[in-house]
Amino acid sequence: MATQVVQLRRRKWGETMRPDLWWIEPLIVFTILSSFLGYATWAAFQNTHYAYGNYLSPFYSPLLFSEFRESWFGPKPGGWPGWLPFSPALLILPFPAGFRLTCYYYRGAYYKAFWSDPPSCTVGEPRTGYRGERSLPLVLQNVHRYFLYFALAFLVFLSIDVWKAMWFTDPGTGVRHFGIGVGTILLVANVILLGGYTFGCHSLRHLVGGYVDRLSGAPARKKAYDCVSCFNRGHMRWAWASLFMVAFCDIYIRMLSLGIWHDWRLL
Amino acid sequence: MTAGGTTSVSREIVESGQRAAERSGESAGGESKRAAFRVWRGDSSGGAFEEYTTSVSEGMVVLDAIHQIQAESANDLAVRWNCKAGKCGSCSAEVNGMPRLMCMTRLNDLDLEKAVTVEPMRAFPPVRDLVTDVSWNFAVKKRIAKFKPRIPDAPDGTWRMAQSDVDRVQEFRKCIECFLCQDTCHVLRDHQKHDEFIGPRFLVHVAALEMHPLDIENRAAELRQAYGIGYCNITKCCTRVCPENITITDNAIIPLKERVVDEHYDPLRRLVRLFRRKS
Repeated sequence: MATQVVQLRRRKWGETMRPDLWWIEPLIVFTILSSFLGYATWAAFQNTHYAYGNYLSPFYSPLLFSEFRESWFGPKPGGWPGWLPFSPALLILPFPAGFRLTCYYYRGAYYKAFWSDPPSCTVGEPRTGYRGERSLPLVLQNVHRYFLYFALAFLVFLSIDVWKAMWFTDPGTGVRHFGIGVGTILLVANVILLGGYTFGCHSLRHLVGGYVDRLSGAPARKKAYDCVSCFNRGHMRWAWASLFMVAFCDIYIRMLSLGIWHDWRLL
Repeated sequence: MTAGGTTSVSREIVESGQRAAERSGESAGGESKRAAFRVWRGDSSGGAFEEYTTSVSEGMVVLDAIHQIQAESANDLAVRWNCKAGKCGSCSAEVNGMPRLMCMTRLNDLDLEKAVTVEPMRAFPPVRDLVTDVSWNFAVKKRIAKFKPRIPDAPDGTWRMAQSDVDRVQEFRKCIECFLCQDTCHVLRDHQKHDEFIGPRFLVHVAALEMHPLDIENRAAELRQAYGIGYCNITKCCTRVCPENITITDNAIIPLKERVVDEHYDPLRRLVRLFRRKS
């Protein structure tokens, strides 16, 4: 159906009649996401100071290869080319990164902050052409549910790390005993916040029951759908809180490993 | 109906403006103050903002001020309105750059130290002053596959539904078709994809049909192609401006996007369907 739509003049980039500080929000999103991306990339390439005692940085969990501590497959693979930088974090980070990159909330946020598409609601855009998520490359955002499957698995790995973070080895006797340190609490908070973010995922909401029109006949499914919907209502808050916490856990453990900070034992 | 058309309509609008002016004078007593409004005046051939000042008082909304301006200084100012209660969706416009219902935008929520800008919705062709031609929306609605119920549950031709199943689509039925969501959507507003994208309002309409417990029509292919759901890049501006607080993006558009993924972008799910069909 061809429709002749004659409109008012198209506004230029950044042009708007809004008197409020509309650019603050995209600027904050740009700054935080850029900082996180920069820090996470730097931390992933370090391949050192990612663990301290019984604490393991979430950037390196699950630890697939390691020369310094117990890992799934032992030290770095022998055939690894010398010119290629190696870090176990580089092998696992693409999955949580992909989960966040394709997340429906983050998409909306970074399209505004990084692409000005649009810069903010009712603010003029820099480009006249627009393809949206209909064609390559953005049609690939539809892979989100596959990253979700990995994200759910990562929650299990991080929970195991929390359990390990509750068992401290006495340096004198070598005996392991239960304890709680600030690092343990941070790793617990990390799993809780990541759990809140993952369990509020729009794709999960669809997969547990959103695709069904009659949930009344399946009470368990209905309960799961309501539960995910509940987390989903705060998806943005969970997303930011978990992003901060995962970065802070890495910073905390790195600082402990470098001897700059000291872990407080509560128990 | 577009104002500025018939004489009776114009007179009615002017009288209403006069009544609003009288009311504001009565209620305000000595407390009313002057405020400036920059109102877009023009038609499809072009236009510009014109500044008016009028007295404002507590409790007034933007539509009251526009009616006062009509009565006092711009008798020919065209504005579409009807219920003045936020239920008819007629007085949609852009107030200080944001799509809003003029009748629900209270002046005490705006900074009256600066002139308040009032302009028509930019996603639709201007007819005159604050009135736009929203007929494109009605044409779009006709393109959407109609409600197709399953075979009746009872011999008397009736159906049985659980309230909890209907609850989900009930939210979408609150829509008053003010088209503010269409106006704020940059796909329509800035990129003018009116031929390829039906906009948030009609994605809500499709969601109301698609998720209805009785409906058996599958609109996934149309959503992907003819309705252009892929154009939505989830800015949530539509949710932000909805006067009925419908969670358009999270509850309607994203679930529909996921249904499209089920049918067209998820090879694993396609495989499962294939095996289910064979077994």
